[in-house]
Amino acid sequence: MKKNFLMLLLCLLPVFSYAGEATDMAADPVLEKRMIGLAEKLRCLVCQNESLASSHAELAEDLRREVREQMQKGMNDQEIIDYLVSRYGDFVLYDPPMKKSTLVLWFGPFALLLIGGGVLVYQLRKRKSQVPEAALSAEDAQRAAHLLEDTPESLNQSKDKQA
Amino acid sequence: MMRFILPFVVFMIMAAFMYVGLSLNPREVPSPLVGKEAPAFTLPQLHEPSKQFSPQDMKGKVWLFNVWASWCTACEGEHPLFMELARRNIVPIYGMDYKDKREDGEAWLRRHGNPYALVVSDIEGRVGIDYGVYGVPETYLIDKQGVIRHKQIGAVTPEILDKTLIPLIKELQAK
Repeated sequence: MKKNFLMLLLCLLPVFSYAGEATDMAADPVLEKRMIGLAEKLRCLVCQNESLASSHAELAEDLRREVREQMQKGMNDQEIIDYLVSRYGDFVLYDPPMKKSTLVLWFGPFALLLIGGGVLVYQLRKRKSQVPEAALSAEDAQRAAHLLEDTPESLNQSKDKQA
Repeated sequence: MMRFILPFVVFMIMAAFMYVGLSLNPREVPSPLVGKEAPAFTLPQLHEPSKQFSPQDMKGKVWLFNVWASWCTACEGEHPLFMELARRNIVPIYGMDYKDKREDGEAWLRRHGNPYALVVSDIEGRVGIDYGVYGVPETYLIDKQGVIRHKQIGAVTPEILDKTLIPLIKELQAK
């Protein structure tokens, strides 16, 4: 019980590792919010597993500034994303677009699931045909019936004896 | 027999994928800029800030555009290669001092030598963003029409220089 409780506590540990966004001070909080929202969907190229919003790398700061300025110029999110993709490639996107080169990425897992499922069904069918239902001989059937009939009584008997 | 061969084959396929994966460099992001026109900019020169430089000035020439900085240690590694390349007079090399203080950049060039025909300084790193710079040093090979033909991310090595850059430069110059 104590162990389970400890395990539960351990599972909750990642909650403490939450780290806030690396924010730059900006005069316009609405724009800043929009910028952070967009930057969360973009990958920092220096520390590749961090989003542009959470990265403290200098390049990420510059890119956030760039995004902020483009927003101030009145560009919409898609235009800004297009700009960054034209400079840094699809790599900046956390959500990769569906393309010829990303087909495996998008459909590979489903293909693997299908193959796995197929193999499983095939194996199960094969096993079924391999193990024929054992036919009981007349003698065995009789013995089984006898046992089934007998059991309750014999149990009662043993109980009586104990009593 | 099949029971053993099949899992083994599957394992070998997975191992092959992982082996190839190990040798890939995750920092090498294919640049969408290769084959496109070099983004235009106008920046002050490092040594004479009153003068400016723009890639349009280079139309009709094949040139190398090397992004470096005094704070960049990998740049020191590739620098002797550029010194040598400049001595051999194969291709004009233009430098961009990226996110650096002017005096630091100048001091660095005094210490390590200056192979560049000209250096511009991108103090705020804005042109760097236009060129998709994310890991200095980066080197671009730009052709006579102003199109980026090759982008080297990270330091140029003797092998890359001899096997990739110089043959490509010769080819582009002959066009």
